[in-house]
Amino acid sequence: MRLRRAVQSLDERSGASPFFVKALRYLFPDHWSFLLGEVALYAFIVLVGTGVYLTFFFEPSLASTTYTGAYGPLHGVEMSQAYKSAVDISYEVKAGLLIRQTHHWAANVFVAAMVIHLMRIFFTGAFRKPRELTWILGLTILFTSLLEGYLGYSMIDDLLSGMGLAIGYGVALSLPLIGGNLAMALWGSAYPGLHVFESRMYIAHVLLLPLLLMALIGLHLTLVAARHHTQFKRTERQTNRRLVGVPTFPGQAPRSLGLLLAVAAVLFLLGGLVQINPIWQWGPYEAQLGTNGAQPDWYLGWLIGALRLVPGFDVTIGDYTLIPNPFWGGALFPLIVLGVLLAFPWLERRFTGERGHHNLLDRPRDAPGRTAFGAAFLLWVGLVFFAGSADRIYVFLGAGYEAMIWIYRVVVIVAPVITFFVVRAICRQLQAGDRIEAVREAAEAEAELAAVARQLPDEPDDTERAVAERP
Amino acid sequence: MSWLGRILIALLVALGLWRRRGDDEGERIVPAGERSPRAELVVLLLLFGATLCAVGFVVIYAIDAIGNQTQLLGLALGLCFALVAAALIVISRHLVVTEDNEEDYPEPGGDQESQAELTEILRESNSRFTRKRLMAGAGGVTAAAMGAALITPVASFGPWLDTDSLKETPWRRGLRLIGVDGLPLFADQIEQEVFYTAFPEHAPRDVIGSPVIVVRLDPAALRLPPERAGWAPGGILAYSKICTHAGCAISLYRTPKFAPTQPRPALVCPCHYSTFDPARGAKVMFGPAGRPLPQLPLMVGDDGILRAAGTFSERVGPAWGGVRGKPRSV
Amino acid sequence: MRSLLFPVRVGVLAVVLAAALATSAAAQPSSPIARPSPDQERALPLVALGAQLFAGNCAKCHGDRGQGLAPSKENVGPGAGGAGPSLRGVGALSADFYLRTGYMPLGDPHDQPQRAPVLFGDREIRALTAYVASLGKGPPIPNPSPDEGDLGAGRRLFTQHCSGCHQVVAQGGIVTGARVPPLQKATARQVAQAVRVGPYLMPKFSKKAISDRELQDIVRYVMWTKHPSDRGGWGISNLGPFPEGMVTWLIAIVALVATCVIIGKRVSS
Repeated sequence: MRLRRAVQSLDERSGASPFFVKALRYLFPDHWSFLLGEVALYAFIVLVGTGVYLTFFFEPSLASTTYTGAYGPLHGVEMSQAYKSAVDISYEVKAGLLIRQTHHWAANVFVAAMVIHLMRIFFTGAFRKPRELTWILGLTILFTSLLEGYLGYSMIDDLLSGMGLAIGYGVALSLPLIGGNLAMALWGSAYPGLHVFESRMYIAHVLLLPLLLMALIGLHLTLVAARHHTQFKRTERQTNRRLVGVPTFPGQAPRSLGLLLAVAAVLFLLGGLVQINPIWQWGPYEAQLGTNGAQPDWYLGWLIGALRLVPGFDVTIGDYTLIPNPFWGGALFPLIVLGVLLAFPWLERRFTGERGHHNLLDRPRDAPGRTAFGAAFLLWVGLVFFAGSADRIYVFLGAGYEAMIWIYRVVVIVAPVITFFVVRAICRQLQAGDRIEAVREAAEAEAELAAVARQLPDEPDDTERAVAERP
Repeated sequence: MSWLGRILIALLVALGLWRRRGDDEGERIVPAGERSPRAELVVLLLLFGATLCAVGFVVIYAIDAIGNQTQLLGLALGLCFALVAAALIVISRHLVVTEDNEEDYPEPGGDQESQAELTEILRESNSRFTRKRLMAGAGGVTAAAMGAALITPVASFGPWLDTDSLKETPWRRGLRLIGVDGLPLFADQIEQEVFYTAFPEHAPRDVIGSPVIVVRLDPAALRLPPERAGWAPGGILAYSKICTHAGCAISLYRTPKFAPTQPRPALVCPCHYSTFDPARGAKVMFGPAGRPLPQLPLMVGDDGILRAAGTFSERVGPAWGGVRGKPRSV
Repeated sequence: MRSLLFPVRVGVLAVVLAAALATSAAAQPSSPIARPSPDQERALPLVALGAQLFAGNCAKCHGDRGQGLAPSKENVGPGAGGAGPSLRGVGALSADFYLRTGYMPLGDPHDQPQRAPVLFGDREIRALTAYVASLGKGPPIPNPSPDEGDLGAGRRLFTQHCSGCHQVVAQGGIVTGARVPPLQKATARQVAQAVRVGPYLMPKFSKKAISDRELQDIVRYVMWTKHPSDRGGWGISNLGPFPEGMVTWLIAIVALVATCVIIGKRVSS
């Protein structure tokens, strides 16, 4: 047989057959929510592919040039090579705009998919022992990706990106004690800094951070495979010691491959049909220019919300500015979010005293404290995120901006606290309901058993079977 | 089976990719499932569609005359992927066996034997050392030194310690205010209810110490701090155009047309809506900025041109440790 | 004392009644505008008709001869009369702009004027404009020809003077204290007028700040932003990250989660 010969020939030279057998028979448990992480992975693959293509045409240089290309309204405008090459990718390079837009949509979807993946992991308790390392790696991937995305749209040097970069500069400066030195180290001079800063962003965006992300993702997946997937308990066969699932091959492979192609399909369809970041419309950046309602990409929206919500004050000692204002919203807030998430497996262990080994997932109601905390935390970050869009809400709906900001300043603190208690109470109610249901079912089963036993005293075997077959 | 399906199967057979197999005898690893020729047909049709889309992509790319290239290319490639995805989903549901296997999780304590083995290897490997502590210490010190040596070139970033450039501005006494069009600003050109952007003459525009926003208010309405008397000749005020919060350009000037019922004049940043009161030395009225915009004292030269009467009241740009203090003019 | 305040009180009462009448009229489909009968309206010469309309609809806030009314305790507040700036010297330019955008008449002098259905007929607007123009020497209605403007120069000028409030593709925005309107509904003439008038909190650019030629460029650009070059496909209102985030979550993520649900459903064979 030809297949057998091919396998033999490969194995003789690599000895890889045992590995393949193991890999092909690795079990994937059965639930759609286990695919969310895969969506993120596939978006990343699209990002790498489209990104490599874009590097062939993008010029990371702030050297000045005059635009003479295909886009009329910019004719004769002085701009950087970086911005010009990005406009050229959109207007002159065939299929360039498709790839550029797909790349940008993929970035947005990549982070969004990671966030819902994170939520699934959190609310089902999948981060518990023995998977804390996987959890930490995942968070590192998420936060590295935020920086990666920020650098990606910042290095284009259009008006929006320049404003975003100015804010990044402001946040870097705001770090207490070291801010000034750090900003000088990165930018080399007061904003907009030395031209070489563009190269620094570029190499970080196209080499350093992607390599880091690949390494982290590889490690994350290795650890997942090493400890195996968690699973929901849906049948009696699924226990904390025994996993039920479909093997990689042939069962899972077409599913995962199909999902990869579905992700690529959505991203390329968006890339072709829905315009994203039309940089030619923004025009080139100058430090003295601004456009109303400048927003970062969605995944940094929570930071602009936080920056906008903080009341106006700097902490000073005499003439020394100890804590500049952007520190609170731009640095401390994300650090708290990251810190709480990183520490959560250990925090939970301390609160519950539960140190066991968990392969079975909780339903959210099974852990009222965790679910309530998660909902409150999510709401906290979410409200800050939405506060970042208050200006557009004012434009669309007419609710006064200043009033909204003051309301947000209160609600951001009050609502999560209330949510915590409400969600915890709901979870406990649901649990109580489950218990009553269980008791009732047990009683019914008993009654049924008794009834059957009365009717068919001669055939006890059948009765037992009937009861045993109850789901 | 339609003729299309037959042709496709014939093609695949010809390519050697299609083989009908007899039932495997003996024990199987992957259990046999039911066959589903209909699903196969659907898969073939989907693959056929995907192939067409892929070809379409190449055709659209090749023919310049086709308009809306980005949209059509995206549609072609996206649909191609979507159809293959659909084919794979049909395969996964109808043409491969979905097994329901069981497997033990790894032992909760891990593999005790290899743990012991690993520990032993690590422990026994250093038995020839006599001064283990010292060796480890020396190794650690060397590693640290080597690490420091390797990381030293990072110091070439920066200047790390010299933060002077953060304190600098090109503005100094006597410099004329130059408008965006490159022409000097005359005092009598400056009107109320308009805002102007100006730069220092003979200085780079693209540093944050350069741009100022110039407005004229009714001199009677000014409430500048007493030490700034004479900074606003004829009510003309100049403030740094860079927001003291996060460095965006102050590009909003709100100026009421009927003061009694409308909000006061204000300079506003479009990033986080810090709002500054130009009549009161750009004090913060709303928003996150922690300090006023630095003010540039003005004077009117004999030629009627606006000139700086000194440098900014404070260092420009977003706040950092040393931001409060007199700027250095360069 | 009493006799001094009496006319004011009567005035307040009249205004309250008028306001009540206006509100009740607004509730009906008929117009809240006080106007002469159609026959009279046709018969009156323009300025005379304008004077009548002004007395009936504008004098409450702008004074009976357009001199403006300073606010006081009596005439400002919910349901009270009005206060407003003098219209002497604002010219036809201003009157035409405020009336044809529906900015005027304004319900409460503290409100921001917003684009609204125009309540006056075309001849009525011409009459009011002529009347306001007759109050003092003021600029005429401009007549920009955007086609002669330079798009590139317009883009540059718009970014310099306007985009801080109106957003770089003229999609509108906010300033603390007011909404900044998107300019998609503005006509070329209205854009040119607004630059000179500076409605509500907007700067008021004179010819020294923005020349007529530059204004024409700006108008050209604003007209262009109604249909900007959306080479990338559906423009999702040319706002950048805000709608892009919504598409990410509401379209891409919803589609992909649905795909996951479909794929994740095991069909046992």
